[in-house]
Amino acid sequence: MRTKLAAILLAAVGLLAISVPLFAHHGYAAYDTDHKVTLKGTVTRWIWSNPHCMIQLDVTDDSGHVVRWITETENPTTMTRSGWTDKSIKVGEQVTVTAVPVKNGNPAGRILEVVLSNGERLPGRVNPATQVKPDDAPKP
Amino acid sequence: MLKHREQAVLVHPEFRRAARRNFVALGVVLAALTFLPLLHSQTDKPASPAPTSRGVDGWGRPITAPAKDQKAAPAPRHDLSGTWEPSDATGTQILGAKAFPEDGKPEHRLPYTPLGLEALKRTKPGNGTRSVLPTETNDPVYSCDPQGFPRLDLHELRTTQILQTPQNVTILYQYNKVWRVIWTDGRELPKDPEPRWFGYSVGKWVDDSTLVVETTGTDERTWLDRAGRPHSADLRVEERFRRLDHDHLELTVTIDDPKIYTKPWVALDKFVFDLQPSSFDVREMIWSLSEYEQYNKLMGNNPVK
Repeated sequence: MRTKLAAILLAAVGLLAISVPLFAHHGYAAYDTDHKVTLKGTVTRWIWSNPHCMIQLDVTDDSGHVVRWITETENPTTMTRSGWTDKSIKVGEQVTVTAVPVKNGNPAGRILEVVLSNGERLPGRVNPATQVKPDDAPKP
Repeated sequence: MLKHREQAVLVHPEFRRAARRNFVALGVVLAALTFLPLLHSQTDKPASPAPTSRGVDGWGRPITAPAKDQKAAPAPRHDLSGTWEPSDATGTQILGAKAFPEDGKPEHRLPYTPLGLEALKRTKPGNGTRSVLPTETNDPVYSCDPQGFPRLDLHELRTTQILQTPQNVTILYQYNKVWRVIWTDGRELPKDPEPRWFGYSVGKWVDDSTLVVETTGTDERTWLDRAGRPHSADLRVEERFRRLDHDHLELTVTIDDPKIYTKPWVALDKFVFDLQPSSFDVREMIWSLSEYEQYNKLMGNNPVK
């Protein structure tokens, strides 16, 4: 009986722990384009690589609770067109990221703009041409 | 190579099993959330500010655009060689072939045969109106299959380098650092060859500045484009490379596959490239499985403190 209960509990914990990568290389349908969030925080990871560059940052809310956000933009080659380089962001830097959040409420979003600690602004890239609604087209 | 493929196979089934377990609960929430934005036209949303430059090359040097008021010298005869940068950034083609994007518009509907429609149903792309949840896509490039031909013209077409000898034209593509050879020595296309990811290509000059290229023998596992348009092993592709003047090259791609499409269609229509200096170094842009897995892990598995 105890083993069975333990097994059920373990399965439940396991289910909660396995996060579904809902936006594993997504279409833009994952984003709530009607809203924006402004995140002031400390950079914990900076990834300059395909398929998307990413800034992970720890954001402290009004009640002192820290939320770790992950925000993405385009691939490095495309971002060079907006003035980004592999050295644009530093781990430990205080930045403000404005982002379009994902629909399911996870702390993840698509970068609209980053303001660096020295005040420099880096634009993100959100291509409206890619925001086409799935299942909305007349079928061939 | 095999090890990577095995790892690639492992990644997707794990995600799928986890997705199925959690999906039912999340599905209801997601369905509710997705209905709200459908009330607004997403294409009305403002774009980011225009890029401040055309970017930099692989050596960090700014990419140049030809001066608008300057007339270029005439095209050299039978010469496509050079480093060519798309004159705008529309070679990415995220919604599929630029002339026929998968955007739901009636004028962009393709003329499928019944077999073509069956083949289309089997592809599950990550973008466009037919897009599926990321865990459900079966886009072969995600597991590091080559884009193949003609997808390298119809998805992520970027800096393109052309080298020429008397016998052939070699094209080097920025995305995934691949190349292909077009034989201009008068040979015929092979009959019933072993399929290749990038097919077999021959080219003929039809005038001083236009090379017409025919390609057959492509592997039918590849998608034509990012939107998952299918093709058969009998696909024939025509490319017309036209040197407009010294500084501009124009590419048109026509798809001809009667098993899948009832008539030929132009997938890329007069796509223009600007000539870059011969000192131009091409940035690397590679689809790496380990980087993709890192992305999935960070974006999908974001732990909350």
